[in-house]
Order: sequence, then C-alpha cells, then structure tokens
Amino acid sequence: MPLDRRTVLKGMAAGILAAGISDPAEGLAELPGIYQRYRIWDVHSHLEALSEATPEERIETLVTHMDRLGIERLILSQGFGDYISHPTPEQMRIENDRVLRAAKRFPDRVYGSVYLTPDHVQESLEEFDRCVKNGPMVCVGEVQTDLRCNHPNLDPIVEHAAALRVPILQHTWLKTMKNDPGESTPYDLVELAKRHPEAQFICGHTGGTWELGIRIIRDVPNISTEIAGSDPTAGFVEMAVRELGAERVIYGSDVGGRSFASQMAKVIGAEIPESAKEKILGGNLRRLLQPILQAKGLPS
Amino acid sequence: MIIDTNVNLFRWPFRRLPGDDPQGLVTRLRQKGVGQAWAGSFEALLCRDIGGVNLRLAAACREFGKDFLVPFGCVNPKLPDWEEELRRCHEVHRMPGVRLYPGYHGYTLADPELTHLLSLAASRGLMVQIALSMEDPRTQSPMMIVPPTDPTPLADLVPRLPKLRLLLLNAGYWGGHATPEVKEITQANNVYFDMAMNEGIGGLSRLLDTISPERIVFGSHFPFFYFESALLKVKSAGLPRDQEAALYEGNARRLLAGA
Repeated sequence: MPLDRRTVLKGMAAGILAAGISDPAEGLAELPGIYQRYRIWDVHSHLEALSEATPEERIETLVTHMDRLGIERLILSQGFGDYISHPTPEQMRIENDRVLRAAKRFPDRVYGSVYLTPDHVQESLEEFDRCVKNGPMVCVGEVQTDLRCNHPNLDPIVEHAAALRVPILQHTWLKTMKNDPGESTPYDLVELAKRHPEAQFICGHTGGTWELGIRIIRDVPNISTEIAGSDPTAGFVEMAVRELGAERVIYGSDVGGRSFASQMAKVIGAEIPESAKEKILGGNLRRLLQPILQAKGLPS
Repeated sequence: MIIDTNVNLFRWPFRRLPGDDPQGLVTRLRQKGVGQAWAGSFEALLCRDIGGVNLRLAAACREFGKDFLVPFGCVNPKLPDWEEELRRCHEVHRMPGVRLYPGYHGYTLADPELTHLLSLAASRGLMVQIALSMEDPRTQSPMMIVPPTDPTPLADLVPRLPKLRLLLLNAGYWGGHATPEVKEITQANNVYFDMAMNEGIGGLSRLLDTISPERIVFGSHFPFFYFESALLKVKSAGLPRDQEAALYEGNARRLLAGA
C-alpha cells in the first residue's frame, strides 16, 4: 500500500495532541516541532517485552507509541519471548511468520526484516527467498545467535542478501565484564564486512560500548552504525557523526525492551546540525533500503 | 514548569559531556524548559575531600544557578568525620538534602553506618537521595566496575524511619520490580523514585502503576544522559494532564516542601 503522507502527518498531529503539548512545561514550546520536522524511520525493533498475546495486538501497541513521537515507520525483527540462542529452522519460520503478521496489520507503518541463522545455512537461504525475494520483507536481521558473525557460515547468507542489495543488521556488543558465548563484536563484523565489500552492513548497538565500537568500524565504509539498545549516554551521536560522518549513522530503538523515547533522545538531544539529524532519523535508512524498496515497488 | 530532581555538576570522570560546566548546564536546562534542578556533583564519586566537593557544589549553584540549582551535597559514611559533613550540608550550605553513592563509596544499604546516617538526616529534616547506579555496568571502564546498588535492605529500614524522606535515583534495575522485598519499598509513602533509567515500551506507565503517581518525580540524569530521554518518556506515556503535571513538578515540590 503506498504511503499516504497526509495520513501519516495527521497521525503525528494526533500524537502531538495526545502527548499534551500545550502543557505546564511551557519552555518546551520547541519540542513539538520535532514531530513534523523529521521523517523518522526506526531500523531496530522487536515484539518482545510486550504483554499482548498476538503479533497483531503487540504491533498495535507499538504503533500507538510511534504516533505519540511521530515515528513514521518501523523495521521489525524477530523476538516475541525469550531470546533463542540456537534457533531451529522451525523456530526461525515461526518468528518470521509473526513478523509477517505484524507487518501485514500496518503495511504503511511497518516493514519486516527476516530472521536467519548461520547455524542452518540452507534453511536460512530458503527463508530469505520466502520472506524477502518472494515476500514483503526488506532487510536481514537482527542477526543474533551464539555463533559469532565472522564465522564462514555467514558468507553464503551475505552473498544472497547482497545479490538483492538488501542490508544486514548484525547484533554486536562489547561488554566490559564478558560477552555472552558466541556473541558478536564489532571486530567480528569488520572481518565479515571486509570479506564482502559489495554488501551493506548495519552495526547493531554500535557494540554497546560505543566509544570503542565507533572506532572499530571507522575505516570500513560498507558498515553503517545504529544507536539502539543502550543507555542514552550523551555524546554518543556527536562522536559517531565526528568519526563516521552523519551518512553512516542510523537511528534504531530496540523496542520493546527499550523505549522509542530514550533512543530517539540520542539524536534529538545531540548537538549536531539539523541536516545530520534528518539523515540519522530516517534519511540514511531510506537510502540503504532504496534498491530493495524500488525493486518491490514499495514506498520510501 | 519542570523540576528536574536528578542533574549532576562538573565532569564525569570518564567522558566529556555537553553541559559539564555549570554555566553550560544551566543554559541548556533552561532552554529545555526546566525551572529548577536538584544538583549533585560528579566529583563526589571519587574524591576523598568531600568537604571540598560540597563547597564547590554550593558555590557553583550560587554563582551560576541562583534560584534555579538546588545543591544536594554528598556524605560518605565510610569517610572519617562524616557526621560533621552532614552538619555542614545542613547548617552551613543550607542544602535541603544530600545525595549518596553507595556503589562508589563501598557500602551496601544494609550497612549500620548508613542506618545511622539516614536516622541523622531524618532528625534534621534532610531529604536523602540514593543513586542506585550511575552507568550501565556493561559499558563501564574495565578499571572501575561498579554494580548497581541493591535496594532490598531498605525494606527493613524504611519502616523504622517514618520521618525520612527518601528519593531513589536511577532505579532502572529495580524500579517497578515486583519481588516481595522491593515491592515493600515501593509501597512506602516516604519513598520516591525518579524515572531517568526507567525503560521499555510503556515503562513509565508501569512504574506509575506499580509505585504511585504521587511518588514518581521527573529526573533526567543530565548531563550524563541526553535530557530529552526523560522528556520524551513523559511525552510518549500519554498521561492525563494532572498526572503529567504532578510528575513534572507537583510531586517534587511536595517532597521538597518537607525540607
């Protein structure tokens, strides 16, 4: 369904009213402008940490919150209950079916992203074809299993995605104490990205410890970074823009465990030019998705 | 108007932050719609000369934020002569309360000296803020890992100190938690929570439901966090106007009025 810009803006206006703009916080008069100033797309979201029973009900909750902050579109990844470290092919399909159901409920607000695992390469390629090549999904990931992403099993999956120019969202963290077994780091992603310069990667969470993650990926141009899923520590986005350029920084939230609010704040509150905020909040993601959206005849 | 109950003056030890100078902090907060900010000092985390820390905090609040910054000095019950520091905060600096950092000062909330400190503070009518954490442990410097403070010992302590006014800051790991021990704390009428580290879709609404709309106050943890995080959480919660006003201002004003 083509995106109706007027409908989106109308929804945003409703969100503004619902958020109580002419409120006791009169000094916030400038804040409402953010809702209309940007076209906000969120690259990283899940249906987990929500209490509703079905994917359709959960995505309704997310869209309600999107409306309140003027978020135009979500890229929705797997996740409904507990984290699965070793998904079976059947679990992979179940997760993707949930995302398809949620995206179908709000086709003008949600695009799906396919869940794949390097534990099951052949089944992952088949799932990519079912959900992306022959289905409505437009992205790969969040790739998150307990097999680090520098493993050669990732290679055929990346080649498959690159052939259709579909970007790949890869989970990464660098935990001070210790990463989970098999958890990927930005170093692992750099190895993978250098093996596949034709593919486009998105470094999930910027490794969490972003001061390290940003510098690890800095000189690998086919890695963009996304800012989701960590505390809204000030200076994050400023450093990312300084080191990577605004063109390689992408907004994501990692809802439902995180909030749209805390993650959007990293961009809204950053002391960077407005033009950089426009790119980070949606422009860069739309640019990365443009080939697959165009191929599918979907709006961007 | 917004009363921000959780801001910090001076420099974070591990990172420069926009607004880590007092003038810059005040300018930014005023621009964002804050009318009053309760300020602790990052210097308190690591300095042993806590008397000097509190002097600088009080002076900066006077010089850069008269009628705007409200200083909350620090008392570390593991340092010698801490009772005198509590007296100075109250009688010399005229502070309405103190802010504690148990994780950084090496004690738990079951420590008998903390009980003594809280008791003295209550008898002086001082509010006590306890920062249960300052930073996600997963991203801390490997040279200094400080786990969040466990609030469960307060379940025994709080009923014994009915005159104490307690505000738990950065309670992200515990706020709204439903284990019996924490639930008892959340139901005590003299214990308040800020929402700087509250997270998740619908997180603020859950916090209000679990604790009380009258005992959640606005706190940003600025400048360590982007101020807009707390602000957008309120905006995205879709609260009734009276509840939003209480969160922004009314609850904090009532809490402070007891000082």
